[in-house]
Parts: sequence; structure tokens; C-alpha cells
Amino acid sequence: MHIVGQPNKLRWGELEEDDPEDLDFLLPPSMEIGPDENGIKRQIDYKFNDDGHKVKITTTTRVRKLANAHLSKRAVERRSWRKFGDAVHEDVGSRLTMVSTEEILLERPMHPGSKPEETKVAGDSLAQLVKGGAVLMVCRTCGKKGDHWTSRCPYKDLASPTDAIADKPAASEMASAAAGKGGTYVPPGLRAGADRTGIDVRRRNEENSVRVANLSEDTREPDLQELFGTLVSLPVLMWPSIRERA
Amino acid sequence: MRPILMKGHERPLTFLKYNRDGDLLFSCAKDHTPTVWFADNGERLGTYRGHNGAVWSCDVSRDSLRLVTASADQTAKLWNVQTGAQLFSFNFGSPARSVDFSVGDKLAVITTDPFMELSSAIHVKRIAKDPSEQIGESVLVIKGPQGRINRAVWGPLNKTIISAGEDAVIRIWDSETGKLLEESDKENGHRKTITSLCKSADGSHFLTGSLDKSAKLWDIRSLTLIKTYVTERPVNAVAMSPLLDHVVLGGGQDASAVTTTDHRAGKFEAKFFDKILQEEIGGVKGHFGPINALAFNPDGKSFSSGGEDGYVRLHHFDADYFNIKI
Repeated sequence: MHIVGQPNKLRWGELEEDDPEDLDFLLPPSMEIGPDENGIKRQIDYKFNDDGHKVKITTTTRVRKLANAHLSKRAVERRSWRKFGDAVHEDVGSRLTMVSTEEILLERPMHPGSKPEETKVAGDSLAQLVKGGAVLMVCRTCGKKGDHWTSRCPYKDLASPTDAIADKPAASEMASAAAGKGGTYVPPGLRAGADRTGIDVRRRNEENSVRVANLSEDTREPDLQELFGTLVSLPVLMWPSIRERA
Repeated sequence: MRPILMKGHERPLTFLKYNRDGDLLFSCAKDHTPTVWFADNGERLGTYRGHNGAVWSCDVSRDSLRLVTASADQTAKLWNVQTGAQLFSFNFGSPARSVDFSVGDKLAVITTDPFMELSSAIHVKRIAKDPSEQIGESVLVIKGPQGRINRAVWGPLNKTIISAGEDAVIRIWDSETGKLLEESDKENGHRKTITSLCKSADGSHFLTGSLDKSAKLWDIRSLTLIKTYVTERPVNAVAMSPLLDHVVLGGGQDASAVTTTDHRAGKFEAKFFDKILQEEIGGVKGHFGPINALAFNPDGKSFSSGGEDGYVRLHHFDADYFNIKI
């Protein structure tokens, strides 16, 4: 029997049927999924937001141990010292002390003459990978990478990958000569034989570049962008100097 | 490793010092306010307010109760480490540069810069156990070196004082009479200003860094040159690991390299060298400006660097640091 004007009132008689929809005013219990092997802990809470809707809040935290602190007895006492000076009014969000978002490594010095890891030429890279004893993963689409299979190739949408690959081994030798061929000014620090301290980007450009010859003289930058845009996300285009034929 | 970045100073860092137990890190900068941090997580504990000029260096007593700082405001001040209260102020006629407690913390050696007619000097002050009894008179004043004395430290058993500075000569003085005992060789010594000096954990040898792009390791008693480490940059700060045979050099940028455009920011690095083989082990990048201060935690498992960018970077070593082989 329902009384008009009190639609939300629950009667014990109605509650007895195990009807889950009527228990909408109750929230499910909050859960805590303990730290898994990566140290990630999930806390799931439920609450009503301002509109009266049930809201599920999932908080994911990762506790990361940075170091072991073996504190002596005196050091433990010092840990409980009160803040003084400018630190007295420190609020929690003061952001003075932050853990770096980057992972910093003790970079071992490279011997001069050895190639840096990321800039490898097609055939050589595969040979080197085999020598290293790693699993030889060859992607049929791009062919040069050794770190993914064909189905996972990031360059899936290549139009004619085989042509590009055929060019590469031949082009790599020519690409290294590409550096000085541009009519652009090369600063002293970047010229051949200069004291190199910051040339990683330049070297990478040289060794990963493709020389395309016999293009029409009317070719302009937008045309090249169109042609090679699918291959490379940000092509750095270097124009050779125009040589007058006698 | 994930360095902890501490940006408490608004001006370039000048000096870093860990306390004996390795749980506190004291930082000095050009911004007048030395700061103390917890050395495990980089949380700031407090600041010492009172100086009116750049603070060039500091030292903390073995019991971590007293801090002494030297500043460009022509004073060196004694502080209570826990409360931040200033206990005493030594006044000088010129900016104070370097400060070092003796073994036993009963004496302190303070150097002052040349200023107008005053030449640079090394002062030895007695530190009273009760701060209310502290007096400002010097026990000993040594004059002689030309140019600024950037660093003066106590030798073994407080018998000697070792000083190094702008004239690129390292000198050993008798701490009671003030007599000059030893001087470093002109031929195999540094060629330019010596910017920094660090004693080994056992006090038997020390390392000096200089603007001539090298650092040299010396025997503390005989002042014989043991090793030389060469870098490409002028060296502003040096540190020695108390645990492994590593030496760390931090420096600046050579003037001729300033205009070369390099897209990598945060490229100033602290260079690690093998102490015995003199070979470079690697570098830890990250600072946006020249590194001016380096310090190793006495347990050897972490180190911190302070830069021209005002940041202190606290690094806890990964496990593979301890397995490095050349």
C-alpha cells in the first residue's frame, strides 16, 4: 500500500523481498587492493556527489623506495625536531623538495669511434643484434628495426616499404657525405674534426637520412612533405647546392 | 637513480656539507640564508637567518649541535643547529670565505678575503663549549698568501692548517706558530686559481680542484702530488667518496663553449673518476648551470650537488653504482 506524497519511504514489508534496486541509498563498501609486484596500491571508495549520484573514486598510488636510511639514535631524535627559520610556515604543497621525473644514470663515457646505440644502419644493426645474443626480431614492414614484430610495427601505414628499404643500405654511405653538401653554414663546433661535445642530434640525422636523387627541378618542400610525410614524422630536409652544368 | 631536487635557494649555491651522522645536509648560497635539510628525503628542516651577504661556506660540529658559517658580510657566525638561533658573530675587516672546525670542535679556522688595504688572512678562533663565554679574539692570525684564500682546513691532529687559493699554491702552516712548513711545487702544481679542497675520510690525503680544468690529489703530510684528474671544464667543486675509490669533480662551462647552441638542457654534469686509475667512470647530468658545490654522505651511498641554478640535487646511488668496473 503506497501513501501518496511519500514516495521514498521504505517499508519493512517491501524490504523483505531481496530487491537490490531499493537499497540504492546504501553505498558498496570501499576496497583496498594491496600493493602488487610493482608497488601499486589501489583504493576504491564510493560516495554520493552533489547531484545525488553514486560516484566511484579510484585512487592509485605507487610507493617507491628511494633509499635505505639507517639512522643512528641521535639522527632519529633529530628527525623529530621542530621546523625553524623560513621553514616554519611550510605548507604541504610548498613543492620545495621534489623527486625528479627523469631517471638519471651515471653515464659511462663512450670510446671515440664506436657508434651510439640508437643510430644503426639496416644490415649492420641486425648483425650486431645477433652478435649480442638477443632474439632477432625482424619486422617485415620496416625491416630495419630489430625490436618489434611485423604485427606491431609502428610504421604500419607505409605505402611502399620495400622501396624505401632497398634505398637505405645504398643511401647510408651517401648519407654520411650529406653533412657538408648542404649550402648551409655549419658552426665550428659541428664541422668535421671539431671538438664534439654536443653532436648527438647531428650524427643521428646523418646516419638515419635517405638521399633521394633525380627529383624534378620544380619540386618544392610541400611536395616532399607529402611524399615522405608517411615515412617520417618530422623530416629534416637538406637541399644540395645547385651545380651549374657547363 | 631518481635525484631529489631541492629548490630552497634563490641564488647560486656555494657550499654543501653533511653532518657526521649523514642525516643532515647544510647548504650555503649567495642568498644570505644557509639551510639545513634531511639527507634521506630532502625535506627542509630550517634556515639560519641573520647574514647580510652571500654565505661562502659552513661547517658543522661532530655532535651536530653547532654550525659555523662564513659570509661576505664580513662576519662568521655560530649557530645552534636545532633552533636556528645565532649564538655568536665573529667580525672581520673583510668578507669571510672559508670555515672549518678542528678535530674536537674546540677551534675553527676562518679565512678572510683581501679587501682594500687588508691582505687575505687565516684566523684561528677558539670555540667555547658554552656559547655565552665565547669571545671574538683570534688565537692566531696568519698572513702571507697573495690573492684570495678559497679554502683552509685543519691537518692531521690539528697540528697543521692547509690553505689554497687564487695564487694556485697550496701551503701547509704550523697551527701553533703560524710558520710556513710546506708549499706546493710550481711545476706540477695547479696553474690557475684553486677553487675547492676536500680531505679524505681518514684525513691522509686531500683533493684540490682548480680553474685550470684539473684536480690533483696530494699527500697531507708531505704535500707530494699523487694523482691528477683532467677534465674539459674548469673545476668549481670536488668531493671524494668515503666508501669507494671515486673522485667527483663539478664544474662550469668554458667561456669559448658558451655560444655553441646545444639543445640539451640540464647538461652540466658531475664527473666521476676512478681515484687510482685517473680514468673517467661517468657523469651525472641534470644541473642547468655550473656545479658549484659537491658533497658525499659519510656513508658513501648518496651524494649531493649544488649548482648555479639554485638547485640542490640529492642522489641516492643505485645498486649498480657499487659494481662499476673499468
